[in-house]
This record gives sequence, structure tokens and C-alpha cells, in this order.
Amino acid sequence: MTRTTYREAIRLALATALEADSRVLLMGEDVGRYGGAYAVSKGLLERFGPERIRDTPLSESGFLGAGIGAALGGLRPIVEIMTVNFSLLALDQVVNNAATLRHMSGGQIGVPLVVRMATGGGRQLAAQHSHSLEGWYAHVPGIKVLAPATVQDAHDMLLAALADADPVFIFEHQLLYPTEGELDPARGPATIGQALVRREGCDVSLVTYGGSLGKALAAGDELAQAGISAEVLELRTLRPLDVEAIEATVTKTHRLVIIDEGWKTGSFSAEIAALVAERVFYELDAPIARVCSAEVPIPYAKHLEDAALPQVPAIVVAAKELLGRG
Amino acid sequence: MIATRPRALALLEQMLLIRRFEEKCAEVYSAGKIRGFLHLYIGEEAVAVGAMAALDAADNVVATYREHGHALARGLTPTAVMAEMYGKATGCSRGRGGSMHLFSTPHRFFGGHAIVGGGLPVAVGLALADSMLGREGVTVCFFGDGAVDEGEFHESLNLAALWRLPVLFVCENNLYAMGTALERHESVTDLCVKPRAYGIPAENVDGMDLFAVEAATAHAVSEVRRHRSPFFLEAKTYRFRAHSMYDAEAYRSREEVAEWAQKHDPIDLAVAELTRRGLIDGAEPAAVDLRVRAAVERACEEADAAPLEPVGDLLRDVLAPEAG
Repeated sequence: MTRTTYREAIRLALATALEADSRVLLMGEDVGRYGGAYAVSKGLLERFGPERIRDTPLSESGFLGAGIGAALGGLRPIVEIMTVNFSLLALDQVVNNAATLRHMSGGQIGVPLVVRMATGGGRQLAAQHSHSLEGWYAHVPGIKVLAPATVQDAHDMLLAALADADPVFIFEHQLLYPTEGELDPARGPATIGQALVRREGCDVSLVTYGGSLGKALAAGDELAQAGISAEVLELRTLRPLDVEAIEATVTKTHRLVIIDEGWKTGSFSAEIAALVAERVFYELDAPIARVCSAEVPIPYAKHLEDAALPQVPAIVVAAKELLGRG
Repeated sequence: MIATRPRALALLEQMLLIRRFEEKCAEVYSAGKIRGFLHLYIGEEAVAVGAMAALDAADNVVATYREHGHALARGLTPTAVMAEMYGKATGCSRGRGGSMHLFSTPHRFFGGHAIVGGGLPVAVGLALADSMLGREGVTVCFFGDGAVDEGEFHESLNLAALWRLPVLFVCENNLYAMGTALERHESVTDLCVKPRAYGIPAENVDGMDLFAVEAATAHAVSEVRRHRSPFFLEAKTYRFRAHSMYDAEAYRSREEVAEWAQKHDPIDLAVAELTRRGLIDGAEPAAVDLRVRAAVERACEEADAAPLEPVGDLLRDVLAPEAG
């Protein structure tokens, strides 16, 4: 085990993959000479050269589509998109090609493509660099959607994505890059589609993913001080979703708070709430609560941004209300 | 050059096969055997046949939603294509794609793309793979004049030129982006200007002339192979039929269509030229026609008799089968 950052864990996984398989390449805007907008790929150009650490023009649709074609042609491309808002320029290639080619071809071709991008708010980057749109991606059959929240998962999920025969999208919350944690680099690829209980508890379940995991854990600590035992379930994968783990925690605690940095309307939190209502409705002792982003483009001013995003006090209040302690 | 008799007959046969195949498609569409969108290539056959003649088995092909002709010219069987349009399990995409999404990996035929311009980045990526893996293949990407309007066209040309990738871009300029005439959708109607702006050599060719297309493509492909860098070929052509089966053709006159069909039918022109060169004799086109008509009939019969996929397999091929 070593202590390292989320950013360095991804870089280590990239280097390991590039070392192990000559078909792997990283391509995206400023991944080479600049070292990556979030410095994830810093130093890789010097080690692996400009063919495999490939700076692209500002053509999200063009280079993501080229990643699809390269995957069809036998390479194992990793496409980095600077931020989720920019990925909207490539959405045609994602939804119309990456997600469909296997099915439309009757199973003849697959697209073993990995796409990584930064997501989420909290850095005062305003309404074109701060959104959480991974829930939209999770709507689409034919792709997989991962949201690593820990240093270990940042590393292991990239390896899992590269080992997968289908297109895998990895959403890296931008506040996580400098966070530190323990990394065992030898643990191997993560299991895609497996949620994990990050904190055991019996009174209420806090179900979350990505950048909100830290907030849910902090809320769990605060609730403990008030004598409330919160369980924190981290989804880790939004598609395929670990429905059994959600059912299990609700069946255990009978109360559910979903924390999702996406907007509430039509959000991934709505999907979880609907699944619970469909499958374990009679396990619930209280209505389902959701803590999501306010229905507003994320504003620049810090006090407004803070107010727009899910925060620990709101999670604590929501959990207490479910227990009649609001 | 189409210098030999067997080759001349083979290419004529391909053009006639596409023509009769698509006439049959229109007929069985009316009978309800084919549904969804059906975009006929009739009038443009010389482009696909002339272009495919220049390719090797290791080359990649990316096509559009008007791709029956390309699939047949690339060697997919009429039965595999017809069965696909009938939605049958024996279709070349197992009934999942239909008319607009024909695929065949043995032919390195990578679709069948129905988002205008969406196939171009994929073609660039296929060429990137060939380039990085040290393979000799060329990727040929077909698209229409409408695709030139799209951002993905410009992104793809820039990428292919910047990274020096072996892509042959073939623009089938049939003068209409669905129902919008070229001069109504492009500010500069000389399409070769655009690739040249990216440093890509570009030529245009009479797309109704099989020999011209074949020669121009052979030259273009040899340039791509020699320099391992992109080339752009504009084939000026014309669609004799409606855009799809739902198109009332309010945007062009009957006289315009009739004039093209009478004066520029690529099959008539090819027969005349092959006869003039002494490569075929008078009776041969009719014999070839009989042969392809029989092949098309057989394809329909086999497609009709083929099984449907069980509904229980609905969710198959969304993702790769689980390992182990």
C-alpha cells in the first residue's frame, strides 16, 4: 500500500496499461505536451511518445469518433475529454455509434473504447464547466458508466475499463484529483457493476456515487454524533447498476436518502428511487428523500455555487427527517 | 483500367445486380416485405462499383444509409443483404440493422451509417489503427454532399490530414442533401475546395462514368497507399429515385430527373463504352441481366424462407457476452 492522490492513481494505471499493451493509446486535448488539463497525464508523453500520448485538435466529435474507429481497428484507445460539458460536442458519436455498433451489426463488431472525463462542480467554474451529466450517459444501453470516488477505484476502474470489450465511460469528479488515499496497485481490475458499503449502519441508507461520497461519509459521522447509524452505499458503477446492493441496504435500514450531484428532475437519483419503489417498496418505513443540485445552471459566485450543490448539512437534515428527528 | 473482358463483364454485372436488386426492393417494399426507411441508389451505381474495384480485401469501407450498392459491390451476397432488409436472422446484421445498417466484418464493411457525417470520424479511427499497427490497408469512406455541411466532416478531414492517415474520402455529390439542392446548402459549391483547405489533394470525377470512376479511384487509392495520407474524391452523380420511399420529390422537376436518366444512365453508358471498346458483344448485357434477375429472385425467396430471430434474443448483442 502506498499513499497517493486520485490524480496519480489514474496516471499510474495509465502507465501500467501503456506498458503492458502496445495497443493502448491516450488521446485528447492537451494530454501530451501540456500534461493534461488536470495534470493526469503529466510525464507520459516523455515515456511513451507522441504516437501513444496523442494531442488532438479541439474536435471532440472527431477524436471520440476516431477512438471508436481505432477500437474497431484493433487498438485500445483511451479518450480523455477535458470536462463533461465538452463531451456534449461528441454525444453523436457516443449515442449513435459507440453504443449502437455492436447491436446494429448483429454482434459482429464491438467497441472496446475507454472515455475518461472530469465532471462535477465546486471549483467556481460556472455553468459550462461544472455540471454532472453522467446520469444522462447512464440512460443509454450499450455503454458502461463508472464513477470512481476513491484513489483505489480511480486506479482499478481504469484497468477494468481497459479489460472490457465494450465502451466504458469514466467520470472523474474534478474535486477528487488532489485527494489522497491508500493505493494497492496490485489489487487488479475493479468489478464493474458492483456497489460497495463504505460505512455500515442500520437506521438510514445514504446512497451516492462519485464526488458526493465524501459528503455522505461526513454526514454519516455527523449523524453518528446525533445517535443515528447511517449506512453509506457507494454505487461506483451507474450502468450496469448494482440493484441488489440497493435493495439490500434498503431492506436493512428501511430508510433511503439518495445524494446525486445531478439536477433532481429526470436525474439518476430518480432512477434509484423508482427502482426502490418498484422492488422493495414495502421495506420502506419513510418516504424516499433526495439531495440533488438545485435546478439552476451552476453559478460562479462561491456562496451561490455552494448553495446549488448537495452539501453535508442538507444530507444530515434529510436523514433526520426520515427518522422523525428533523 | 478495365482492360480485360472478364473484368468488364464482372463490373457490368455488379452494376446490373445493384439496379435489379433495388428495383426489387422497391417492389417488395410496396408489398410490405421491407419496412422502415429505404434509400435507393439507382443512378449512382457507377460510383460504388468503380470505387470498390480499386480496393483490396484488407481495406476498410465505411458507407452511408444509402449503401445497398456499396455492400453488393464489396461482395456481400444479395441474399445476406435482402434477408437483412426482411429483418431476418440470416441477414448480414442479423436483422438488427435493416437497410441503413449493413455490416460484414469478413468484407471489412463497417456500416451502414445513418447520421449524416457520423461515419467520417470512425473511418479516421480505422485508418489510425492501420497506421499505428503497421498494416497496409486503406480506409474508404463514402458520404454525400450533405455531409460536407456537417462539423464532423471538417473535424475528420483536419484529423486525417494532421495525422497523415490513409483515408480515401469519397463524396457522392448527387446534388441534393435529401431535398435541399447543393447551392441551397453550401456557400461554396466546389466541394474540392474544402479538402484542399486542409492540405488534402482533391479531384472530381464524372460519377456516371464507370471507367472514369474506376480510373480516378485507382489513382486516388494508389496515392493514399504511396503517401499513407488522405485523398478526397468527389464523384458527381445523380439519384434517379426519390430520397426514400416517403419522398414526393417536390424539390426537383420530373424533367430534370428524366433528362439525367435518359442521357446519363451509368449502365447504358457503360454498355455503350464496353461495346465500343470491343470488350462485350451485343447479346451479353441481356444475358447478364437475366443472370442477376435470377439472383435477385433467389435472394428474395431465401430471405422469405429465412427464420426470424426469437424475441427471447432481443437483448443479445447490446454488450459483449459475459466471459466464461
